[in-house]
Amino acid sequence: MAINYQERIPNNVDLGNDRRLQRALEHWQPRFLDWWQELGPEGFQTSDVYLRTATSVDAKGWATFGAVKMPEYRWGIFLADQEKDRTIGFGDDFGKPVWQQVPGEYRSILRRLIVTQGDTEPASVEQQRLLGQTCPSLFDLRNLFQVNVEEGRHLWAMVYLLHAYFGRDGREEAEDLLMRHSGSEDNPRILGTFNEPISEWLSFFMFTYFTDRDGKYQLKCLAESSFDPLARTCQFMLTEEAHHMYVGETGITRIIKRTLEKMTELKTDDPAVLRKAGVIDLPTLQRFVNFWFSSCMDLFGAEISSNAAISFANGIKGRPDERAFEDHVERDTSLKIEKPDDAGGVHMEEITVRSAINDQVRLAYIKDCMVGVTRWNRLIKKAGFDFTIELPSSRFRRKIGFWSDVVTDPTGSIISKEEFDCRHDEFLPSDSDRAYIHSLMQQVIEPGKMAGWIAAPDRGINSMPVDYEYVNLQ
Amino acid sequence: MITFDRHPDNYRHWQLSVDDDIATLTLAVDEDSGLVPGYQLKLNSYDLGVDIELNDALQRLRFEYPTVRTVIITSGLEKMFCAGANIYMLGTSSHGWKVNFCKFTNETRNGIEDSSRHSGIKFLAACNGTTAGGGYELALACDEIFLIDDRSSAVSLPEVPLLGVLPGTGGLTRLTDKRKMRHDLADVFCTNPDGVRGRRAKEWRLVDEVVPRNNFDEKVKARAKELTAGSTRPVEASGVKLTPLDRQIDEYGYHYRHVDAVLDEEAGVATITVTSSDADIPETLADIHAAGANWWPFAMARELDDAILMLRTNNEEIGTFLLKTRGEIENVLKVDTILAEQQDDWSVREVIGMLRRTLARLDVSSRSLFALIEEGSCFAGTLYELALAADRTYMLDIAEDDGNPPYIALSPMNFGAYEAVNGTTRLAHRFYEDGAVLNILKQQSGMHIDAVEAEEKGLVTFIPDDIDWDEEIRLLIEERASLSPDALTGLEANLRFGGPETAATKIFGRLSAWQNWIFNRPNAVGEKGALKLFGSGTKAEFDKRRV
Repeated sequence: MAINYQERIPNNVDLGNDRRLQRALEHWQPRFLDWWQELGPEGFQTSDVYLRTATSVDAKGWATFGAVKMPEYRWGIFLADQEKDRTIGFGDDFGKPVWQQVPGEYRSILRRLIVTQGDTEPASVEQQRLLGQTCPSLFDLRNLFQVNVEEGRHLWAMVYLLHAYFGRDGREEAEDLLMRHSGSEDNPRILGTFNEPISEWLSFFMFTYFTDRDGKYQLKCLAESSFDPLARTCQFMLTEEAHHMYVGETGITRIIKRTLEKMTELKTDDPAVLRKAGVIDLPTLQRFVNFWFSSCMDLFGAEISSNAAISFANGIKGRPDERAFEDHVERDTSLKIEKPDDAGGVHMEEITVRSAINDQVRLAYIKDCMVGVTRWNRLIKKAGFDFTIELPSSRFRRKIGFWSDVVTDPTGSIISKEEFDCRHDEFLPSDSDRAYIHSLMQQVIEPGKMAGWIAAPDRGINSMPVDYEYVNLQ
Repeated sequence: MITFDRHPDNYRHWQLSVDDDIATLTLAVDEDSGLVPGYQLKLNSYDLGVDIELNDALQRLRFEYPTVRTVIITSGLEKMFCAGANIYMLGTSSHGWKVNFCKFTNETRNGIEDSSRHSGIKFLAACNGTTAGGGYELALACDEIFLIDDRSSAVSLPEVPLLGVLPGTGGLTRLTDKRKMRHDLADVFCTNPDGVRGRRAKEWRLVDEVVPRNNFDEKVKARAKELTAGSTRPVEASGVKLTPLDRQIDEYGYHYRHVDAVLDEEAGVATITVTSSDADIPETLADIHAAGANWWPFAMARELDDAILMLRTNNEEIGTFLLKTRGEIENVLKVDTILAEQQDDWSVREVIGMLRRTLARLDVSSRSLFALIEEGSCFAGTLYELALAADRTYMLDIAEDDGNPPYIALSPMNFGAYEAVNGTTRLAHRFYEDGAVLNILKQQSGMHIDAVEAEEKGLVTFIPDDIDWDEEIRLLIEERASLSPDALTGLEANLRFGGPETAATKIFGRLSAWQNWIFNRPNAVGEKGALKLFGSGTKAEFDKRRV
């Protein structure tokens, strides 16, 4: 039976004429759909959702809106347009032509990078599968599902690379991406953070703001890769990733807005009073920021990394916006980096730039995180309150790297373990904080209506009104 | 470019004479005919060129002189049997050249022992003068050693005291394992540059007889005659003429009638393709003898042997051999049936021996070996040995509708004929001598086995399909080329020669490990190293730390 591949899987990789990819479709996609049914969003598989589908990479096609049942979503395969005569942008082979095929030498390392990236995509869908039951509005429910289907597409994009370029090993790895499950005892997801369930919406917004932003920076590094198909895949994924960040940033903004409304109305910043009023007080929000930001720090790896140095030297994984750097080879260059010493102090240590790649990516990420934080603080100030949301220090709560054995407070000052334990609830969400947040989680599904702890968005999706029925629960 | 074609008419260093069932190989090295310029081959010392002639002479004795039962190896010089490998040659050679030289001489000496064991040819070293270093190692490869007793001629292994290296052509292994010399006496022997002569040499089992000068020749002849008894060689037979190889050399590689070695220098790969015989191969003994050097299994073995030697010696940077075959499985199986049925005939036995030694050469080629079983291939029986010799085997899995699925097949020849240097067949070695598995496989001899079944039986490594094939092979080659050649050589040898040791595996292994280590150490090759300073009048200075 002839299958219309373009119809089933929108793509710009000539799927219809590629036997290798057709086999991928035939073997892998049914399993992917089974996985989606089993571990995708629970309870909404038959609902019509107003979703964006990418049907091409141009301005017209990358965002096609319409009501879709999620299992029928057309997960496509898109690579950004090929740049003619693109050359390697960093490392020892700077200036040579990029690779259209995987060099045998780098097969394992590239496969590992793609698998690690790919593993996070379905993991987040699994982590968020129960959130629909406590959505604060249909608008947010739709955004959750948009994020979920696009994470699914990102998985599909990584699987495409595995199938197209890594032979049998790649296919086996692609299967394993569906066999590992977030939080599973026997087959957990590769990265620890992706094994914690996300059970309330404050964490969901924090995840999309902080953790998805880590994903954005990983993609930006891979978008620089000399392996052109990987670079082009990641470039296109970044356009979608931007939406996830938007969901996170506007979500937190709307929470703050709602809290500020109540603070103004009740003329207080007393958390106890505000909690009685059913909103999320700013100190609690700060503790969630502390928690989520700090759990992302380790995702960038240790300050000194020979793996990162090798990947950089070989042109496999670069730095975000590599063009902005002056030196793209960094053969003998070095930089200074903070390191704790044995005496409880901090000194500057000189290390080679190549072995400090992780830290350079981390710094770029932190800068990017600050943008939204600055906006939130402006909002608070404008409302007339004296409170500043701060990003904690990158030393805080580290499990790998220089700071892994060092206990600090959120500002990065070294403190004793006893003091940390004692002040834990000041730094990080306490059990009662979490219990309170959970108590707010009541499903709101009337079009246009919002839960009491979050403000309505300024505008709807794709110029539709805010009270549009974004998810039809019939 | 080094080639290995020689003919007795043009030997510079050896003389081959045959008298009834006894042949004599007389070494009289032409000092000024070194293979490469820069040294003189004094005192019957040898270089690769001398050994290439010896190898040729042995081949001629095997094939052209089927009635020869004993070979006397002796010297044409006064008071000097052989001084061993030429030290100035070693001193001026690259490490790779030294190793290749030692490897080839080892193979030649192993070949002497192989012919003693399988062909019914006994070797008698008639050491009519000083027998030192590699010269004594050559004698050690013979079945018996006669040393002239003239109060001055000694046998010695002076490598340690004079050169700071080891007797690396099997000397130490043969002293202990073959001649069963007591290890304390061997310690004395190997640290004394003067060696041991006369009666003590016999008492210490270094030689079998010491014979005074006046009746040395006579005693040697008499013993040679005694050694002919019990040989399986024919009393009357006409030999197989070793016609020159039909070989073309061009920029693409080495091309023969049944073997083609194509180079891809950029990828560091040689693709060796062996083509099967025609269907109408001579099968009666009369026809086989008439076909002579043109009989397919023999012609193919000679060509393959030459191709391996050419690649090994002239193409150091070709690190990977891709082994392919082309032709009909049934034709190869038919050849195997003839080989198995006629193996009592001396010439068929010699052809099997030639195949055995050629495959053994492949085993120690220090190259990554990948067998590619593709459409139109014929990896059956004898040719399946190429796949068994490989580090990995890739077999194309393709549907009948999409192409021409390849098959492999086993034959009785896989179950005993081609012992590798580790003393076992490659198939038995592959399955760690598991009798149950081997019995089942033996019963399936002759069956055409497809990719899926071959993978299930453990006869191939991977079976990529036609969609993946090109990409898998490209990645395989590129990935291999990116790894350290030294580490790969070590890895491959470790894995190829697992299981019990034999004298041959010890000889190759100890050459590769100990001797190569010493060859790279300052105590041998540094500015003040012993090998470097030999003959300069300056004493070596050693770094005394034991490692």
